[in-house]
Parts: sequence; structure tokens; C-alpha cells
Amino acid sequence: MNHTDFWTLGIIIGLALVTVLTRSFFFISSKSWQLPHWAQRGLQYAPIAALSAVVVPEIVTVQGVLVTTWQDPRLFAAVVGAGFYFWRRDVLLTILTGMAVYLPLHLGLGW
Amino acid sequence: MFFLSRLYRHPAFVVGMREVSPQSPGIAAWGLMTGVAMVKSGMSLFEASAMTLLVFAGSSQLAAIPLIVAGAPAWVILATGFCVNLRFVVFSLHLRPYLMHLPRWQRMFHGYLTADISYVLFTRKYPQPGETPQERLAQEAYLAGNDFLNWASWIVASFVGIALANLIPPSWGLGFAGILCLLGIQCSLASSRMRILSAAVAGVAAVVAYSLPLKLNIVVAIAVAVILCLTVEQLKPASKAQA
Repeated sequence: MNHTDFWTLGIIIGLALVTVLTRSFFFISSKSWQLPHWAQRGLQYAPIAALSAVVVPEIVTVQGVLVTTWQDPRLFAAVVGAGFYFWRRDVLLTILTGMAVYLPLHLGLGW
Repeated sequence: MFFLSRLYRHPAFVVGMREVSPQSPGIAAWGLMTGVAMVKSGMSLFEASAMTLLVFAGSSQLAAIPLIVAGAPAWVILATGFCVNLRFVVFSLHLRPYLMHLPRWQRMFHGYLTADISYVLFTRKYPQPGETPQERLAQEAYLAGNDFLNWASWIVASFVGIALANLIPPSWGLGFAGILCLLGIQCSLASSRMRILSAAVAGVAAVVAYSLPLKLNIVVAIAVAVILCLTVEQLKPASKAQA
């Protein structure tokens, strides 16, 4: 069984505070105020950059080294999952179709 | 804030619940998988439960999991969670005029409980903030009902996922569903060419800079992508300003 440690609990509390801070960011102060222009523009680009920075290495690298074979189930699952998203605009479908590609290749063919 | 009687007794509360209900299975599937992913990453039952109940933000939870496993420093994990959550900062700016008549703790509680789907449904239902106290109360009750069913679907499904995780062997690689979920959210944010550029640059930079210690590649990738996009905007202000 996995064990609990204080470092991870500290991270969890920190992430909870991040949720509160970001979701209520502009309600915290009663005064009306605005972000500087560059920061407002940056808000357009940072969320997708953060997701991409986490997601892409998890799909195309093994321990940080770019995969050199096309026989990797993650590549096919990601392409199919993203394709279904743009077709049907449904994140759930991305997960289901991606896993429907991933599991047979991974468990069936042992990739 | 479904625990306030002035909200849950209001007829708009049930309307809010009813209108989010078609989304409920999707939210539950995402919660289920996040529950599985947390336990499969090596978190204890207590840690996974605390994360579910306190953090209540699927994308930042899923983004944090590989970083926690890699032993990244706390500030890198929190900064990544913050960046993934920056979309909520945009939502909070939009929701501000609807909530400013409330005391601060109530505003912040509404904000904490309002995730992507509730924000979208609420602002679609009420394009303008209420003008009379009755209208404001109805809007607040609708939001609370919407948030409640969304919250309940997420929490219950996450706990089911935590419970089921031990029955599924790690070799199945089910944790990959978490990455696919983040990929789907990423696609949903790809609403302009400039955002696609941001995603492409960040993805390449995160791989190129992978050997940096402390998972700093994530922070570097976000910074490079945002700075590059802001620079491109400056160079082509007219054609890209709508991004």
C-alpha cells in the first residue's frame, strides 16, 4: 500500500489554495482593478502552454528521450483522441477513443 | 454554495441542477479516471482523498501527478498548477459583476466551486448580470444548483475511482487516460491560431529542455511559449489581435 507523506500533503494544500486563488482572482478585492495589458494577453496563451508542456513529453518521450520507434501505442492513441475531439468537440470521447486504441496495442500487441 | 437555504430553496437551484445534468456523466468519467490516476501514481488513499476534496480541479490535479512522481520541487508543481488554472482567472473577471453584491467569503466560495462547465452554462443562461435583488438571487441560486451537481458528480466518481484503482493492475497503463484527458482539454482551448502556436512551442520546448533538473522544462516551456506569442502579437498587431 502506498504511504502518506507530509511533503505530498503540503503540495495538496498548496494546490487547493491555487484553486481558490485562481477561481476567485477578480472577486477577492472589492475595488475594481485591471491587470496590465501584457498580463491580460498572456492569460490567453499560458493555460494551453502549460497543458502542452505537461502532455507532449508524456506522449513522445520515454524517460525524457524522444521515442525512436513508431510502435508506441501512445502516439496512435493521442492522434485518434485529438482527431475525435476536433470532430465531435467532446473531451470524454477523446479519452474513450484514445484508450480504445491504446489498450489493444499495449496489452494485445505488447507495445 | 449549495448549503445556504436561501439558495437551495429557490426554484432556480433545481433549474441549475437540471441544466448541468446532461454533462454529469462526462464529469463523472473524468473524476473516475482522475481517482484511478492518483492512486496509480503512488499516492496513498488519504492523499488521494484529500486531493479530491480540497483541490477540486481535475486538470491541475492531473498535471501535478507526473511532477509529484518525478519529485519536482513544490514551487514548480504549484506554478504549473497555477498556469493550468489561469483560465479560471479569465472566468473570474467575467463573473465579477454577477457576484460583487455578496460578502467576500461568499464570492470566493462561489468562485472556488465554479469550474469550466458551470461557468459556460451560467454565462450562456445569463448574458447580463441581474439588475434587481430578485434577479441576482435567482442567478446566484442557478449557479449554486449547477455547481452542486457538478461538484457531487466529480467527488463521488473520484472516490469510486480511488476505490477501484487497486483492483486494476498497473501494467494496463490506465494512467494514460489522464494524459488523454489533458490532451482533450488542450484541444478544447485551441480556439485560435495563436493559441495553437503557444501549444506547439510549449510542447517542443518541454521535450527539448527535458534534461533540465527539477522539472524546470515545464516552467521554461510555458515562459518561452507565452513570450513568443506576445512578441508575435506585437509584430502583427492587426491580424492577430482577435486571438
